[in-house]
Amino acid sequence: MCVSAYKHYLYPLPAFIALGGLWELFSLYSGWSASAFPPPRQAAVGMWELMTNGMLLKHSVASLFRVTAGFYLAVILAVPLGIALGWWKKGQLFFDALIQFLRPISPLAWIPLAVLWFGIGDKPAIFLIFLSSFFPLLVSAINAVNHINSLYFQVAANFNFSKYETATLVIFPAILPALLPALRISLGIAWLVVVAAEMIAVKSGLGYLILDSRNALRMDFVVDAMIAIGVIGILLDRIIIQLNKIQSISWGSV
Amino acid sequence: MIENLTKSYIERRAFRRNMGNDPAPHKGDEYLVLDSVSMDFANGELVCIVGPSGCGKTTLVRIIAGFETPSSGSVLIDGDPVRGPSSDNIFVFQHNGLFPWLTVWDNVILGLRHVKDKQAMAERASEYIDIVNLTGFENHYPHHLSGGMQRRAELARALVVNPEVLFMDEPFSGLDFLTRLKMREEIINMHEFIRKTIVFITHDIEEALVMADRIVVFSDRPGTVRMNIQLEFPHPRDFHVDSELEQLRRTVYQELGVHYAL
Repeated sequence: MCVSAYKHYLYPLPAFIALGGLWELFSLYSGWSASAFPPPRQAAVGMWELMTNGMLLKHSVASLFRVTAGFYLAVILAVPLGIALGWWKKGQLFFDALIQFLRPISPLAWIPLAVLWFGIGDKPAIFLIFLSSFFPLLVSAINAVNHINSLYFQVAANFNFSKYETATLVIFPAILPALLPALRISLGIAWLVVVAAEMIAVKSGLGYLILDSRNALRMDFVVDAMIAIGVIGILLDRIIIQLNKIQSISWGSV
Repeated sequence: MIENLTKSYIERRAFRRNMGNDPAPHKGDEYLVLDSVSMDFANGELVCIVGPSGCGKTTLVRIIAGFETPSSGSVLIDGDPVRGPSSDNIFVFQHNGLFPWLTVWDNVILGLRHVKDKQAMAERASEYIDIVNLTGFENHYPHHLSGGMQRRAELARALVVNPEVLFMDEPFSGLDFLTRLKMREEIINMHEFIRKTIVFITHDIEEALVMADRIVVFSDRPGTVRMNIQLEFPHPRDFHVDSELEQLRRTVYQELGVHYAL
């Protein structure tokens, strides 16, 4: 356990170092100017500047807030709705085509309408993040309910479970292992979408930082914001993976 | 534990059933799974139903337990028709029916979740966990238990609600041979202690002869009752010692069309 833990942190390092080396080589020999292709050292200086003046923290928190709000909203609505539709087979016939019709429409396509409906500020961004997570979660939840071992429903009936008890004490815990990868993927999508959402209608967030730095021709800040997005993305992923260590969820992977 | 000693029984009369998911060559074909099966169960009796695979044993108990409805005929428990699954008739399934997201303890108290007196509930759960020898494993999750322990936990979960009838559909399938033998012993002991009506399905004739108060032998599909044998032999039973039991074993095999390698 101890050995695999340190492997976990050490083994990925060479790839990152190699990427940094390539970056350095490119900035030296590509012929692009430092303003178009900032070398690692310049990005590091920029990063320090962003960290010390608090801009990095401020924009990261703003982005995380929007992702959290939109993602939670999606989870809270998609999971119960998925349970209901997964359970109610006739409902699937009614709504499946509609869901499959709405699902491939990119959240970014909703930008004009979102701004029109919610004005400027956090609301349209949260709405877009909600949309990006809602459909993958809904489809996964329905699918997971469809694949619950029918034995569990028989046990529930045998012990006189009410419909509500069946939903909360059987279906919900039964789909959690299957839902976890969906949560992971949709949180990833949400984090992708927040950057795009922040390029419109808001004055904060990592997406805004990128747009604003480009306007100010500070490509080092653009790269720094990208690095921050990647780092936070890894951390978010780790958080979801931790859920799989809860025993009442991890039975699905045995 | 035993109530209504004289009155409690299951009476089933002449029902027919066609199996819906059978691979039917022609749409609308009716497949007879059970043909005019009638039998009574006395209160506290351990009845083993034996028969070849696909003879409708499982269908029969699923109907009695209320999971399926017969095409015709009726099932009565204590004179009342069965109207669907209920905690009066608990089913112990062929494969593990424990909820994998709950610990042994939480699985066992499933049927007691509406009991107001939490302390009485806990005492009762502990008592039955003790009966199936799982004390100390309350906080384990099913996937951390052996197959035999999983079945015993399921048994505790079933017994704790004090059902009228316990249905067991090949509960030992998937267990290794030694565990099977031990589980037989435990069921016999548990049954002598608790005296619940148990309907036990198996295709293992020795298992049935060792355990049952009565065995019902089914024919190939459509299932009909071929033999109905009351077993008065005391426990523990041994084929090598008891020649009458050994003779019975041969008779059952021959009835099912097996004449050699006995």
